[in-house]
Amino acid sequence: MTLADIPEVSTVLDDQSPDVPAIIKGTGHLPEMRVDPIGLFDRVRAECGDVGRFRLADKDVVLVTGAEANEAFFRAPEDVLDQAAAYPFMTPIFGKGVVFDASPEERQQMLKNQALRGEQMRGHAQTIEAEIRRMVADWGAEGEIDLLDFFAELTIYTTSSCLIGKPFREELDSSFAHHYHELERGTDAIAYVDPYADIESFALRDAARVRLVALVQDIIDRRVSTGSTSDRRLVAKEERDLLDVLISIDMNADTITGIFISMMFAGHHTSSGTASWAMIELLRNPSVLSDVVSELDALYADGSEVSFQALRSIPVLEAALKETLRLHPPLIILMRLVQEDFELLGHTIPAGTLIAASPKVSNRIEADFPDAASFDPGRYIDPRQEDLQNRWTWIPFGAGKHRCVGNAFAMMQMKAIFSVVLRDFEFEMAQPAEDYRDDCSKMVIQLEQPCRVRYRRRSR
Amino acid sequence: MSFRVVADTSICQGHQLCQGEAPDVFGFDDDADTVLLLEEHPDESRRDDVTTAVKYCPAFALSIEEN
Repeated sequence: MTLADIPEVSTVLDDQSPDVPAIIKGTGHLPEMRVDPIGLFDRVRAECGDVGRFRLADKDVVLVTGAEANEAFFRAPEDVLDQAAAYPFMTPIFGKGVVFDASPEERQQMLKNQALRGEQMRGHAQTIEAEIRRMVADWGAEGEIDLLDFFAELTIYTTSSCLIGKPFREELDSSFAHHYHELERGTDAIAYVDPYADIESFALRDAARVRLVALVQDIIDRRVSTGSTSDRRLVAKEERDLLDVLISIDMNADTITGIFISMMFAGHHTSSGTASWAMIELLRNPSVLSDVVSELDALYADGSEVSFQALRSIPVLEAALKETLRLHPPLIILMRLVQEDFELLGHTIPAGTLIAASPKVSNRIEADFPDAASFDPGRYIDPRQEDLQNRWTWIPFGAGKHRCVGNAFAMMQMKAIFSVVLRDFEFEMAQPAEDYRDDCSKMVIQLEQPCRVRYRRRSR
Repeated sequence: MSFRVVADTSICQGHQLCQGEAPDVFGFDDDADTVLLLEEHPDESRRDDVTTAVKYCPAFALSIEEN
């Protein structure tokens, strides 16, 4: 069977409608993907089943859901289904010449040699705990925060410190987080037509990247300033961070910035969003919150360190985090470009087609996750184990060879964050529970602001 | 009751966390950079550690089959 035999989803937003920007008129489902991507992906499954199709400009997108189709998608070799080419909106963010993502083999090599190695986790846990404590250090007895602002800034510090190094992190302030956020906002699906289109969010993206390069250039200048105390060219090898290393091989600020942006990208908005949604779901589900706080109070009653416990099992908190990830996966769609004809459940998908899996849709398949819309951390307790039982549809981290290589780091970070904030503070919603929602107008989804909560210091 | 350990080396990412949980069951193939199963049918007394290894495998590459 050919591509034409795969059913195409209906159209609810006319691609010639007057509301559609001129540049994406006639691009099929692209206008809908810019305003309601989840509605589109849900409808593909509802109307077409496990294998359906929609259209993005000149490309067909085959959207797969369900265990069998997802497994075929996630097991396909890199030379058949290519990731990098499927995300044109990332190129202007990373900069030309900076690879989107390493191949699985390179990723494995990086894992062996670098920052995500298991034995480095203890140090990362200490770093993360210290960063959270710094962020809450100026909190008074009570106050209010915006979840997006707070966690987006915190995760800039944690990812930069753990992945690039402490000296570099110490050169950053909230302005780096602000510019970085503008990059993430510059991921409009219009990029599927033209990643450099003349639209406001792309102009802001490019301006933010210029400012980030300037920030990095300043740091480089200080580090190579002969005779100054900030000259780091002679620091001992073991004290060097990644920036020192890249300076030593004469890499320019633009390329270095691109590398840093790409290294931090996968771990930033994802961790920030997950921390925010975990907080929201805990506040929406007071009995779960109460169980989590009791678990943490008991766990730390003996004065043990957060950096120690965050690397170990914290079952009630872990279940709440997994359920948060199931309902609010940071990436709602994972895409690949078909490089050579690909056999999928009896269909031949021709080279040049885009193929996609949707964590947002698969994570809510009713047959795999009974009462799928409800927040139920009990799903992860023996014997249900709905994550392990459904390893091709419980996919907040993706699956297979490309499964998020940072997932153990991410879970440790979440456990450290909540170990600190839930033991020192109580939280409550500062707006109606149903008013917390994602802004899905960009490919990188983020919480819609305002997303405020109040805190009050606990008396312990 | 006995159980069998299954390791899918085609999706193993080489995190080696399983070795920390049950070093007598999980080894490492340095050439392939993937898990090497040392004991396919561990003793029942090893069930808890193996279950923990399966649960925390960052690649979801491990599973247990009941015999």
